[in-house]
Amino acid sequence: MANFSKSNVPQFSVDVYQNEFLPEGGREVNAIVTVTSTGGGTTGGIPLAGVSASPSYIPGAAPEVPTAAVVIMVDCSGSMDYPPTKMRGAREATAAAIDALRDGVAFAVVAGTHLAKEVYPGQGRLATADDGTRAQARNALRALTAGGGTAIGTWLKLADRLLAGSEAPIRHGILLTDGRNEHESPQDLAAALEACAGRFTCDARGVGTDWEVKEVTGIASALLGTADIVADPASLAADFTRMMENAMGKEVADVNLRLWTPVGVEIKFVKQVAPTVEELTSRRTGAGPRAGDYPTGSWGDESRDYHVCVTVPEAGVGQEMLAARVSLILPDTAGGTPQTLSQGLVRAVWTDDMAASTSINPQVAHYTGQAELAQAIQQGLDARKSGDFDGATSKLGRAVQLAAASGNADTAKLLAKVVDVVDEATGTVRLKAKVAEADEMTLETRSTKTVRVKK
Amino acid sequence: MMSQTHQLSACPGCEEPLESGDSFCEVCGYDLTAVPQPPPDRPTVAVGTFPPAGQPAAPPLNGHSPDGPPSPSHDPSQGRSSHDGSHGGSSDPSGDGPAPDVSAPGFGADGDHRARRDGGDDGGEDTADMPIVRRPAADDYPLAAPGAPAAAPAPAAEAVAPKVCVACRAGRIDTDGYCENCGHAQPRERDHQESELATVAAVSDRGLRHHRNEDSFAISEARLPDGTTATIAVVCDGVSSATRPDEASAAAASVADSLLRESLPRGTHPQQALHEAILAAAEAVNALAADETAQAMEHDPHRHQNAPACTLVSSIVAGGLLVVGWIGDSRVYWVPDDRSAPPARLTEDDSWAAQMVAAGLMGEAEAYADDRAHAITGWLGADAYEIDPHTASFKPDRPGVVVVCTDGLWNYAEAAQEMAHVIPPDAAQRPLHSAQVLVGHALDGGGHDNVTVAVLPFPVLPQGAGSA
Repeated sequence: MANFSKSNVPQFSVDVYQNEFLPEGGREVNAIVTVTSTGGGTTGGIPLAGVSASPSYIPGAAPEVPTAAVVIMVDCSGSMDYPPTKMRGAREATAAAIDALRDGVAFAVVAGTHLAKEVYPGQGRLATADDGTRAQARNALRALTAGGGTAIGTWLKLADRLLAGSEAPIRHGILLTDGRNEHESPQDLAAALEACAGRFTCDARGVGTDWEVKEVTGIASALLGTADIVADPASLAADFTRMMENAMGKEVADVNLRLWTPVGVEIKFVKQVAPTVEELTSRRTGAGPRAGDYPTGSWGDESRDYHVCVTVPEAGVGQEMLAARVSLILPDTAGGTPQTLSQGLVRAVWTDDMAASTSINPQVAHYTGQAELAQAIQQGLDARKSGDFDGATSKLGRAVQLAAASGNADTAKLLAKVVDVVDEATGTVRLKAKVAEADEMTLETRSTKTVRVKK
Repeated sequence: MMSQTHQLSACPGCEEPLESGDSFCEVCGYDLTAVPQPPPDRPTVAVGTFPPAGQPAAPPLNGHSPDGPPSPSHDPSQGRSSHDGSHGGSSDPSGDGPAPDVSAPGFGADGDHRARRDGGDDGGEDTADMPIVRRPAADDYPLAAPGAPAAAPAPAAEAVAPKVCVACRAGRIDTDGYCENCGHAQPRERDHQESELATVAAVSDRGLRHHRNEDSFAISEARLPDGTTATIAVVCDGVSSATRPDEASAAAASVADSLLRESLPRGTHPQQALHEAILAAAEAVNALAADETAQAMEHDPHRHQNAPACTLVSSIVAGGLLVVGWIGDSRVYWVPDDRSAPPARLTEDDSWAAQMVAAGLMGEAEAYADDRAHAITGWLGADAYEIDPHTASFKPDRPGVVVVCTDGLWNYAEAAQEMAHVIPPDAAQRPLHSAQVLVGHALDGGGHDNVTVAVLPFPVLPQGAGSA
């Protein structure tokens, strides 16, 4: 098995931001946990210039064991031909993604319709990226034609089977769809997602405007990847390149956020709040006495924030306790002792100093607002769809207010395409009579994107 | 050195009888570890509290507990005998100066009052606050049973109990100092500290309402050029509304102390030396502000504008002189051994209340009752307006004790007369014991702040510096 404790594993740091002071009788403790990994291969979203210097093989491991395995799933349903630029865009995007594969990475391409078909290399195998295989894969893309239905669950299951054949620690999927998952039941997709969760990570993209936002974001959420809209098929190639580069930058997979809490402490929620809002509370798996693990997927050079909220038993003024210990855990795939990458402490201190106990930590306040922003957008768009225009106006107005107050300029811009902003400070808005479908879908897909605290 | 466990026989919160060694009440969950104990043989203050009748030693308390009655030590005969015992030499720090009769003659009202309060031991009143026995470190303060002055090792043996949580007694302690089971913070070294030299002693305690001890002290002795000994006490109180007040007070006390230990033997006049020491302490506290990190500011957002800060008060007894110096609202009191002579406060607070009184805008009672009373107008720290150390020299004409303390104590004995009243009559002979009594007095009063006090006997003869 690969030895991850060595040099090319990123260094993880955990910083806890909280106001630990509680008033007499106070029980709720909130903390923002910032996890930062450095020393991995990604560039933090900046496109790589040229070939990455990071090794694709694990030093000391057998050369045939790659660091990463990637399966690209391309929607080839009949609708991809309307307009034909979509299929062309998908082909070009897949080719671009293949070009971004690092030497030595295992990969495969799957064509998805109402069933899943291996396009390259075939026979249940993965190819190892080099100039030859990349060219062969690009050639094979010519065979991609549109025709058939959409059953995304079957694509994911095939990707899982292919990835299972690889010993690569980083297993990733890239999924492109243009339509609704019409040829299987939602339960089938849910079952497929459950089967694949924790086995590989997956980014999902919707092209055009005929797909279902909640399906695509649901896939990304379950498989710990990103979701986005690519309204214009011409932009697909750039987006695929970026996604692949991101995947190539991942250095550590299957990292868990472990929360240990003392006796009597209840966990109210655990969510990722940056770069996107992702509810994790229900995704806990037990990890020994009073500890549970929440999946975070794979990490490159990046930083994410988590909001942890717990309820502690009451204690007298002057008391201090540890409310939670947050650590980053790397399971040992060989079944040995998991490795603790880093940890931080969430404390509770009871005081009768009102100034101390009533202040809200700026990080906690900020992310509480960002989570509310995401929720307000989703509720507002749902209300709009169901014809509740008053509800939609109120929710989207609140969203405009929150986006402005927190400096979330990207979201504010997206909101302005859906509502006319009268006064952002008070959240006074009017629903636009006509909204481009792409704008509404973009807003919905990106509603969970957050910004970090302004320093 | 001395984070210790406490022994109580009944919960201060709900009176539930406790097992010896209990750390949290099983019924109401009261944190017994947060209730430090006044010295066992010297009941401190009256109000509804029940002093422990000077348990002859800690062990008897343990003996009581199994029998269960909530008032195990109320048996008058026992109370009496242990009371007597307490004077007989239970806690004489050095063992060479038992003063069994010191309370007897010449005490007048004062002595009577004390006797009355002692009598409370026998009164069998409510045990609510009662039987807490603070176990001091054995080497500092042997808690000997009457007639068994060498019994110090007993408490020491208990101290080596396995490291189990003081709160739930179930979990072990992790490397961060929290319980692996219930998460509770464990007592820290600074929660309670005692220190004693031949001519001075000091005690510092976290109190009952604060989660950490932000007070600090340093005591030492220096040899003067003429061969006599100078005694130094420095007491600092971290400003809670500033960042890292605990570090500020620790830095100020240790820097002032080491500077004095260096300059006094060179023959620097004590008053001049103290002036310089305060300035050096101010520098040390300022330096803390420099390594303030952005991270610390984020962790403590509500106090991020405030640089680390603390008060400082110091007293030097050297060559027949009593020198005091201060910045802030920590104080020095003078209490003559002859309690019929008037005691005095030797410092003037740098505080809102003191300024109001000084300006004639308010009466003392009114000023100190105000919410702003404790807002200090002078402190050590990077954001202090101007460091102007106050120093003064006195030449007392009679023996007495010097009490150097933070407001955690003097809030419960503000007037000099009150302080003289609270401090044991044999303070000059047993400074450590007196410091413990004074801290106990503050805790009995509610312990709303950290409490720190140093007690320096002042002998009449310069050669008598070691007369404790």
